[in-house]
Amino acid sequence: MTATNDIRQTFFQECDELLEALNDGLSEIDDGIEDSSFDLETVNAVFRSVHSIKGGGAAFGLDALVRFSHQFETTLDEMRSGRLVPTIDVMKLCHRAADHLSDLVGAAQEEAEVDETAGADLIARMAALGAPPGTAPGEDSAATEPELSFEPLGLPIDLAFDPAPIGSRTIKVEFSATRQLYANGNDPTYLFRELSDLGNIIARSDDTDLPSLEDLVWDESYLGWTLTLETEKSLEEVREVFDFVEGLCHLDISEVDDFSNQVAQTQAIGVPDAPLRETPASPTEDKVPSQSYGSSTIVADQPKKAGGSSSKKSSVRVDLDLVDRLINIVGELVINQSVLAQCVDDAGLTERTELATSLNEFKNLARDIQEAVMSIQAQSVKPLFQRMARIVREASDIAGKTVRLETIGEATEVDKTVIERLVDPLTHMIRNSVDHGLEGADTRRAAGKPETGCITLSAAHRSGRVIIEISDDGAGINRPKVLDIAKSKGLVPRDAVLTDAEIDKLLFLPGFSTAREVTDLSGRGVGMDVVRSAIQKLGGRVNVMSSPGKGTTMSISLPLTLAVLDGMVVDVCGQTMVVPITAIIETLRPTKEDIHALGGQNLVVSVREKFVPIIDLGTVFGHRNEPGDVTDMVLLLIESDQQQNWALAVDRIYDQRQVVIKGLEGNYGRVPGVAAATILGDGKIALIIDPEETAEGARPVVPSSMMLDEV
Amino acid sequence: MTLRILAIDDSRTIREMLRITLTTAGFDVHVAEDGIDGIEMLEEVSPDVVITDINMPRMDGFGVINSIRKNRSDRAIPILVLTTESANDLKQRARESGATGWIVKPFDDAKLISAIRRIAAA
Amino acid sequence: MTATAEIFQSDTRELVTFRVDEQDFCVDIMAVREIRGWTPATILPHAPPYVLGVINLRGTVVPIVDLASRLGLPPSVPDPRHVIVITVVGPQTVGFLVSAVSDIMSVSRQSIQPTPDITSESTRAFIEGVIATEQRMLRVIDIKAVLPPAFKEDEG
Repeated sequence: MTATNDIRQTFFQECDELLEALNDGLSEIDDGIEDSSFDLETVNAVFRSVHSIKGGGAAFGLDALVRFSHQFETTLDEMRSGRLVPTIDVMKLCHRAADHLSDLVGAAQEEAEVDETAGADLIARMAALGAPPGTAPGEDSAATEPELSFEPLGLPIDLAFDPAPIGSRTIKVEFSATRQLYANGNDPTYLFRELSDLGNIIARSDDTDLPSLEDLVWDESYLGWTLTLETEKSLEEVREVFDFVEGLCHLDISEVDDFSNQVAQTQAIGVPDAPLRETPASPTEDKVPSQSYGSSTIVADQPKKAGGSSSKKSSVRVDLDLVDRLINIVGELVINQSVLAQCVDDAGLTERTELATSLNEFKNLARDIQEAVMSIQAQSVKPLFQRMARIVREASDIAGKTVRLETIGEATEVDKTVIERLVDPLTHMIRNSVDHGLEGADTRRAAGKPETGCITLSAAHRSGRVIIEISDDGAGINRPKVLDIAKSKGLVPRDAVLTDAEIDKLLFLPGFSTAREVTDLSGRGVGMDVVRSAIQKLGGRVNVMSSPGKGTTMSISLPLTLAVLDGMVVDVCGQTMVVPITAIIETLRPTKEDIHALGGQNLVVSVREKFVPIIDLGTVFGHRNEPGDVTDMVLLLIESDQQQNWALAVDRIYDQRQVVIKGLEGNYGRVPGVAAATILGDGKIALIIDPEETAEGARPVVPSSMMLDEV
Repeated sequence: MTLRILAIDDSRTIREMLRITLTTAGFDVHVAEDGIDGIEMLEEVSPDVVITDINMPRMDGFGVINSIRKNRSDRAIPILVLTTESANDLKQRARESGATGWIVKPFDDAKLISAIRRIAAA
Repeated sequence: MTATAEIFQSDTRELVTFRVDEQDFCVDIMAVREIRGWTPATILPHAPPYVLGVINLRGTVVPIVDLASRLGLPPSVPDPRHVIVITVVGPQTVGFLVSAVSDIMSVSRQSIQPTPDITSESTRAFIEGVIATEQRMLRVIDIKAVLPPAFKEDEG
């Protein structure tokens, strides 16, 4: 098979869809376990998903994948034939198997090695469910008879076992077709042609059985042939040619000693060229044969109720590079529109109302196109949520808790890149909820709650952003304990008095961990600070809400795309720069009284009784050696991962606007303190500041990269 | 005359493979993604050969064969089934259901072409 | 191996010649995408002194290198008479500021001589060879060597 990279890519894309369908189906079966209310078609669909993954996997020689999916498929086949009842335990195993299958697909895609012990264990456990090990499921549910064990590669053709033929031999083939052979669409012509490929052939037709015209039945077969073949091939190879029609013809294949004898005895007619389909008789149209075509074994498969596949939206597949280019070009269009607007303004033509109207229309159109193009990259969060379902299963197993995951708003669409980069932080948050958020069964019972804890994962669009929330119905944040730990670890002063919200925020401090034992899950000193930093890198923010005894909700707010951001356009020593709005808490115009010196050139500004260090962007970026007069400047108050505040000093604020993000790294490289670049209305490039890195970098002691490593 | 082939498979991967392999081999290839689709396309495509998967949603391969063999004027059209099993009773079942021949997955280009040559004027 | 040696298998090479600080240089034409006038660049913080900044080339952010400064000659003071030679090397697009572009010429491979020993090590690192023509000496620039070193950092 032409296994080009394209097809490979198609295969893995399809695998993702099949795995999604598999997980959907399994969850649907889960829901119907108690009253056995699940649909048989669901089980069929689940079976087919695994079957298709196996089929494709075999085409690419992915042995481990094929082996595993084969056993999984067998188990599912047992289920759809009713021999295996989907109990809670069986379904748990199926979920595990689906997870492992997804791992195998992932490994195959990355051409990575897989640890086969986990798979072997699952195979053994599935086999133990009742199906005889290695039993191949039939192509439909009638697979009760024992079958050959499955071989992932190659069609077993007997010729491999044949001794290599030496010299030529003469083989005589006597052949006559049944009417069923023709009814099945076979045609002796092609069989003879293939035979002729094996060597020299002489064919003699035998029409002795052909009745007179009035006795002729149109679809009956009357002709027979004797073929003499001089070939170097074996009898088995000759027999192979008739594989399709075995049982549908009279066939006698034998080796004869002397080829020339046969020639003398037969009337040579050569191999017929024309298709022989009509040869049995002249067809009489519209006469339906009285017999059905051996269909006694077929269950007529009437269109089943459409298993979701009937209402497919039609779509085209597009190269991602093309989408990137499109996004770029549309970005240009938007920039160009603002250039034009500026030119018109500079020329003093804004008064011309027709011009202003058209320009405005142009602006709206450009924005509309931009939005539409951005939405090409959008994807539903469903696959992400399914991944999280798996995390919940694994985490709850390890923690020994029973947890139910509820998802809301799976269809919510977010930029593909954002989704990809949400996996890690979300995984961590989910584990955290299972591990720390939910109480153990005993505690829950004592609190009058159901033993099964519930985690709700939701997604929604809200005012141009995406809100993702993870809620648990656990005990809520134990604030006295959190404060104690923070104090004992020296994260806050001993005598600090903090509000509830401030205490909740302590969870995001580096190295913070409230679990008494370091568990497999959320221990290891990796804290919520990493989550927060990952979310902020996406231009998002995390918030915690907690109510004692009732549970905790973590809320993530994200931009819809990484291609544009809302920026504050500022002037730094004559250089135009952009600061992401998400980072800015507020802007300040300080008075002389607010500014205090703190040794050397260090200045702080007092903001509501807190002293915040001032960082002059002009000096940080090397545009001037001495900081300017802060009272003439504007301060942008920003907050770091560690809840540290800084005030970035800029010369003036021009504007707030959406900017198109342009990478610097392709043609140049990373610049410390700079996240990316953008192109302004005048066609000039402005750098987009990474405020936190800038602030960290401005502190002489530790470079920011080291700070991140420590966390 | 270019041989026209209708390939029915619910797996996009297999469909793509069939399309590329068969197109490269010089056939005129049309694809459908399940049995119902395939039957609907028969009229329009009027293929010389049908290749169909067995396990498919809505209508499986046996349904396709049955529908062609029972109801259609071109009921003797050659049909190859794609199967992952090479067991003998499966071949038997394919034959009994009215399939002209079969291809065992995974298949290579040569095997596919040779199976088609065995049943049609390729 | 130099970029140009990879590109060219034939016997002749086409070169774009230009002047930098009264000296004659050339690069392989295959590496040159376009030539444009000087426009002020946006300054890149923490960049080496020979990186003048970045400009907008039809939506792409392109760094500009002052070739004089890069080659160890006195730095240019860019003005509108200067010219930027936009080059594409592998995945990177980089512009080089030069005084003026003089010519496009075709030379035989054999006419490129090894760089004379008397030149300093740093110059030799950037020069692939020299060509003698009409009492001038053309220095063939190794375009890969004069690129700003990519400052890449795997972080988060």
